Amino acid sequence: MPIFRAAIRSWLEENCPPAMRTFMPENEQVAGGNRAQYVRPEQKIWLDRMAAKGWTAPTWPAKYGGGGLSGDEALVLEEEMQDLGCRIPLRGMGLSMLGPVLLEYGTEEQRQTHIPPIVRGDIRWCQGYSEPEAGSDLASLRTRAVLQGDHFLVNGHKIWTSNAHHSDWIFCLVRTDPAAKKHEGISFLLIDMDDPGVRPRPIRLISGVSVFCETFIENVRVPAGNLVGPLNKGWTIAKRLLEHERKGIGGIAARNAAKFEIPLEAVAKQFAGERNGQIADPILRDRVAAYSMDAHAFQLTRRRAAEEAESGAAPGPLSAMFKLQGTELNKRRYEMLLEAEGFQGLGWDGDAFTPDQLRFTREWLRSKANSIEGGTSEVQLNIIAKRVLGLPD
Amino acid sequence: MALILNEEAQMVRDTALDFFRQRSPITAMRKLRDDNDPDGFSRDLWRQMAELGWTGFLVNEDDGGSAFGMTGLSQVMEAAGRTLAATPLLSTALMGASLLSIGGTKGQKADYLPRLLAGEHITALAVDEGSRHAPDQIGTTAERDGAGYRLNGQKTLVLDGHIADTLIVAARAGDAVMLFLVPGEAASRTRLSMVDSRNAALIRFDNVQVGPDAVLGGGAIALELALDRARVGLAAEMLGSAQEAFDRTIQYLKDRKQFGVAIGSFQAMKHRAAEMFCEVEITRSAVLAAASALDQGSNDAAALVALAKAKANETLYLCGNEGVQMHGGIGMTDEHEIGFFMKRSRVAEVSFGDTRFCRDRYAGIMGY
Repeated sequence: MPIFRAAIRSWLEENCPPAMRTFMPENEQVAGGNRAQYVRPEQKIWLDRMAAKGWTAPTWPAKYGGGGLSGDEALVLEEEMQDLGCRIPLRGMGLSMLGPVLLEYGTEEQRQTHIPPIVRGDIRWCQGYSEPEAGSDLASLRTRAVLQGDHFLVNGHKIWTSNAHHSDWIFCLVRTDPAAKKHEGISFLLIDMDDPGVRPRPIRLISGVSVFCETFIENVRVPAGNLVGPLNKGWTIAKRLLEHERKGIGGIAARNAAKFEIPLEAVAKQFAGERNGQIADPILRDRVAAYSMDAHAFQLTRRRAAEEAESGAAPGPLSAMFKLQGTELNKRRYEMLLEAEGFQGLGWDGDAFTPDQLRFTREWLRSKANSIEGGTSEVQLNIIAKRVLGLPD
Repeated sequence: MALILNEEAQMVRDTALDFFRQRSPITAMRKLRDDNDPDGFSRDLWRQMAELGWTGFLVNEDDGGSAFGMTGLSQVMEAAGRTLAATPLLSTALMGASLLSIGGTKGQKADYLPRLLAGEHITALAVDEGSRHAPDQIGTTAERDGAGYRLNGQKTLVLDGHIADTLIVAARAGDAVMLFLVPGEAASRTRLSMVDSRNAALIRFDNVQVGPDAVLGGGAIALELALDRARVGLAAEMLGSAQEAFDRTIQYLKDRKQFGVAIGSFQAMKHRAAEMFCEVEITRSAVLAAASALDQGSNDAAALVALAKAKANETLYLCGNEGVQMHGGIGMTDEHEIGFFMKRSRVAEVSFGDTRFCRDRYAGIMGY
């Protein structure tokens, strides 16, 4: 492993452009796809170099373009990237959600077709799950897909389709048997958004940006071969994909602790003053410590779960709490940042505030979605109560 | 740092869980309370624990121990916390054994350790004096008196101080903090009757004279290490108590019926139960990390200790109080055992650092 680590490090040092070893603002995250726009050319260079190694998806099989690394090797890559401050070259729902599900449930043809473009960042995917009348009660979704010979005819209305207006394909939950019980008439379908019948419309959020859309699907013909898993058995896949999604969202706190993030403690010292090396306001200091200690203990819990998994023990109940705890901590972090900044935490725009201060305000608002998207905190608590504690319905 | 138990530690855990469930259930603690037992713990049981080797976990093999460390001892203490067992684990197996091992001369070790290891000698650390844990504000004085010293001052919340054969007294000699081995009967001792029915004493030293051989080496540094171990040991005990209160409460939510259904089917209960689950598990991670860091002498050990004690404080408070509330009226009765956990939580929280203390310490170590 030390040889592997050294090899990874020297490759990264040689291939990661200096501009990609800096703090990555929200608007410079790379998600790929046909509509991708690059603020700096190095973003694309870095993506292509990493994709050629398969390291945009380090643990995926090499025959689909992935890195083919073991879990331990992927961890080394991640650690070395963090240590050098390398940006994550590619993110998105293809990598974090659809890919793992296709590897588990997709046909060989579906994997060959869809996974390599995900690894290369050629195709950007979005998620067609929620509907206006199906939020936390996701299984009551009504988007209809009728099998007509070699294709499905799809009609419906999806909402909170993240970045649908920048995406090429959408993976959708659709109702294929309206007569069955609600969990048993759902299928998992891949839809090309090139079809003019698929129309995303961005929704302006409290943070001022539009990362979410509502997406209208009207008389769209989808080849029958785009069905993933058996007909009417989509709910199993849907839940599995949600597990991947929750892992990603719950990991937000960890990502924010990365190399370039401004520590809350430093912000508190900057605005509340410093006395004998301490945050001068003892109440703020106590609150900062309370937050940081909770975040620390949560990180230890993630690590414990990883150690348990590596030891080959059966998966324990710990992962059920990650989405809940990770998102609540991330929200609390932004609350604390703004609290520490005082007046300077109020800025929306303009030169009276630094770019970081403006960013914190927007991210504070964005963070509020963390405990709603991918299953609300209340839904997560229900899942723990039912699956882990065995409390009755 | 290891966050999962190795086979050896798992064996200790299983043995300890069986031991306390069978030989020291909560009914034993209740009986000690109701009988006004002068010792406040069972000497016979303590000798049995010594036979299992638990008194020697923090003692080197050369001195007759097993040096199994805090990882092992915290498993025992967690099991003791499950049944709220009153034992000298903290006072003697943890703090006494630590301080004698770290600072004891060859003669002192030979004199004290064999009896301590055999469960025949109880020690108690006398450190706190004011209204809360403040080991850096020691007012008890040790003045030179011939070849020895003269001790003056008052100590409070001295765990097992009322029956300790030997008191380990932290006193100020000029600018330095020194430790002294003082026979229990040399001081004036008042047993404290406390809300958790456990064992502690108020101790006065009025011109107590000790010889030069009473000085225990290590001073403030040994004291700090022993206190960090005590914080983790107590945090482990509190984790056991929190886990037990939580398990009992979840069972009650499944058994108790109102409006024709189990009260655990109500979302008002479910969400709070799920929150408790998270807190117990997060606390477990912190306690495991702190014990492991202390055993390895890691740089981040002191911060992890503060973290573990703070989380244990919060979580036992939560599980004790939610336990009583979720049990409803029956939880308010002396007959039911759930109330004991809430009472214990109050005492354990302020012992060796309340949450405010731990946060201050953590922030200081982290540079803010």
